[in-house]
Amino acid sequence: MTKHTLSVLVENKPGVLTRIAALFSRRGFNIDSLAVGPTEHPEISRMTVTVELEALPLEQVTKQLNKLVEVLKVVELEPAASVQREILLVKVRTDLQSRSHVLETVQLFRAKVVDVAGDALTIEVTGNRDKLSAFLEVLEPFGIKELVQSGMVAIGRGSRSITDRALRTA
Amino acid sequence: MCQSNTIDTRRWPSEKAIGDEVSDAKPAAPSPAQLAQQARAKTPVEVTGAQSLVLSLEAMDVDTVFGIPGGAILPAYDPLLDSVKVRHILVRHEQGAGHAAEGYASATGRVGVCMATSGPGATNLVTPLADAYMDSVPMVAITGQVSSASIGTDAFQEADIRGITMPITKHNYLVTDAAEIPRVIAEAFHIASTGRPGPVLVDISKDALQSRTTFSWPPKFELPGYRPVARPHGKQIREAARLIAEARRPVLYVGGGVIRGRASDELRGLVELTQIPVVTTLMARGAVPDSHPLHLGMPGMHGSVAAVTALQKADLLITLGARFDDRVTGQLATFAPYAKVIHADIDPAEISKNRVADVPIVGDCKDVVTDLIDAVRADHEAGRRGDYDAWRQETAQWKATYPLGYSAPEDDTEVAPQHVIERIGVISGPESVFVAGVGQHQMWAAQFVQYERPNSWVNSGGLGTMGFAVPAAMGAKVAEPGRTVWAIDGDGCFQMTNQELATCVINDIPIKVAVINNSSLGMVRQWQSLFYNERYSNTDLHTSVGRRIPDFVKLADAYGCVGLRCERPEDVDATIQKAMEINDVPVVVDFVVHRDAMVWPMVPAGVSNDDIQIARNMTPTWDREE
Repeated sequence: MTKHTLSVLVENKPGVLTRIAALFSRRGFNIDSLAVGPTEHPEISRMTVTVELEALPLEQVTKQLNKLVEVLKVVELEPAASVQREILLVKVRTDLQSRSHVLETVQLFRAKVVDVAGDALTIEVTGNRDKLSAFLEVLEPFGIKELVQSGMVAIGRGSRSITDRALRTA
Repeated sequence: MCQSNTIDTRRWPSEKAIGDEVSDAKPAAPSPAQLAQQARAKTPVEVTGAQSLVLSLEAMDVDTVFGIPGGAILPAYDPLLDSVKVRHILVRHEQGAGHAAEGYASATGRVGVCMATSGPGATNLVTPLADAYMDSVPMVAITGQVSSASIGTDAFQEADIRGITMPITKHNYLVTDAAEIPRVIAEAFHIASTGRPGPVLVDISKDALQSRTTFSWPPKFELPGYRPVARPHGKQIREAARLIAEARRPVLYVGGGVIRGRASDELRGLVELTQIPVVTTLMARGAVPDSHPLHLGMPGMHGSVAAVTALQKADLLITLGARFDDRVTGQLATFAPYAKVIHADIDPAEISKNRVADVPIVGDCKDVVTDLIDAVRADHEAGRRGDYDAWRQETAQWKATYPLGYSAPEDDTEVAPQHVIERIGVISGPESVFVAGVGQHQMWAAQFVQYERPNSWVNSGGLGTMGFAVPAAMGAKVAEPGRTVWAIDGDGCFQMTNQELATCVINDIPIKVAVINNSSLGMVRQWQSLFYNERYSNTDLHTSVGRRIPDFVKLADAYGCVGLRCERPEDVDATIQKAMEINDVPVVVDFVVHRDAMVWPMVPAGVSNDDIQIARNMTPTWDREE
């Protein structure tokens, strides 16, 4: 199975998130990650859904999504032709000895310390899934007290915009 | 429709009263007829949300609503009482309202409408909604919801019916603002009836029904994401025609989409032009007349040998509005192993869902078949014509060798259920509507009634809802009062929804019910006979063997229907005749039949269609080459 990233443009109406999430579970597909937010058009929201699927079930899920009345457009974003990002906030245990090591790692990964406590640092890092896993792996030995990860968001490279085209057909 | 016409010509009493009023009198509230007239004249009118709802239904030309009032929907029932166009039929259970709306829609192709209150009223519609969703029945369900301020507080009779019905409706709405009512109703009817038809639920909060609003018609749609597909793709049509010309063993695999898409006449033209054998699925019975020589019958688990075998041996399936359901394909991997597949459906998601299509065509069946006829004719004129002579002879041979049949009960004083159903079909004739429940009687009704026209067969195919027949027959009869409507039901099914007989009697809806009474949950019993060593766990209903609990004749009598009973083979015809003669009240006939009768042929679940059995442990014998 391969990972696919779908951008789903939907009408910004109550209940749409439930509809999309329920469709995936009802048709037996697992959502890896899901992120929702507004777009440059107030009446349109954008969901980025990542799923692990074979080609045929992917076609089926795309068609089923398109059948939902409030779905305006479904686009698959190829990793090579898009920018894909997740954000990670992680609280790492530190003492006087380890703090400098952790800060070094933060620099290496172009991460950011967003909160400092006597015995812990809270770090923010952005990137694709691989980068975030690598970052966590390095931090692991210091002791991860808590972490939270956003769903993935993605946008196509180049000057074209999928929302423009969605509005035109609408 | 006749009903509403007669009502329509009536003068609304208050119209005159208002005209007679002296000028200095306090202006009376406008009558519903006046409101409707104003609304028709496209003048916005000041109304309540409830009036706006009724005016919207009138504007959509709704003539019948099946429903039951209750707390949250109560405001809507007040203006409904005054409507001269909408006839509300008070049912006895909301499930009955839903199935009646389905029956109305299935018999006519028009949108069926049902109404219920919040909470339990709405949840009782869940089964009909799921049923309509599976069988693509155009239906609009309107439910009351608790006041918007109470939503989410576990208020009395609150249920999140929009959330509950999301996976079983084509679309659904929760309306909490009265101003949205006309638009939502118009959208609901549009969505229900266009593209692949289906049920739409509109949940309206009580405060929205009670508040003041402005009604104007027509409202503006806001459906940017709803684009039901238009014309089939010309290149795909030409490719399909090419495969048709090249094929040697093609079969037209016709599904319910041809009925819903009103494409029967066009399909008939395609059959005549190409002379390709046809099978009609459970949902498509009547799409091509059963009397047509190229009609091989119904495919699937209980399909005819000719239909099932033709699909298995075919080199091309021309699939029209069918969805490769597991009850048709049997074990999918071994279904039609030699066939290329042309798959035309209005729903793109059906194409290549179960079986990968070689030529996918997205489009309305009527357009697809019309375009196919043109393309095939052009090929013929260019000298490209398929030669199916040998194949036609072969399929005709199967049809002749393995006709549908049944063995009479060993005890010749017992009635064969198949005989009863066959005789109802013959005596009542092809202009009637036949509505079935789910189980053995349904399969026999699909097999042994000869269908000659679309929409003459109404049943619950996809969901398999026991209890469908009586309320759906009621709906069909309301829609087409001029036709004889038979509910062919089982003793199990009948006990699930027979309370609607009261509705039928009170509202002058004279349906005919044939209870095929084998005193059991017959289909389950058949599986217990075949696969569970005749251990009959919980399938004995005691409705005729030993005891009659209940006595269906007395039950019919209690409801004010005519109750008849037939227990001997020699009485079958006379009993049906008698039922045919009674047209002023519903008739219930208790046909006490042989309980060990089984539905044959049969392809057991999960087995290849190649292993079809014409009777227990009996498979057809094939020619040497096979």
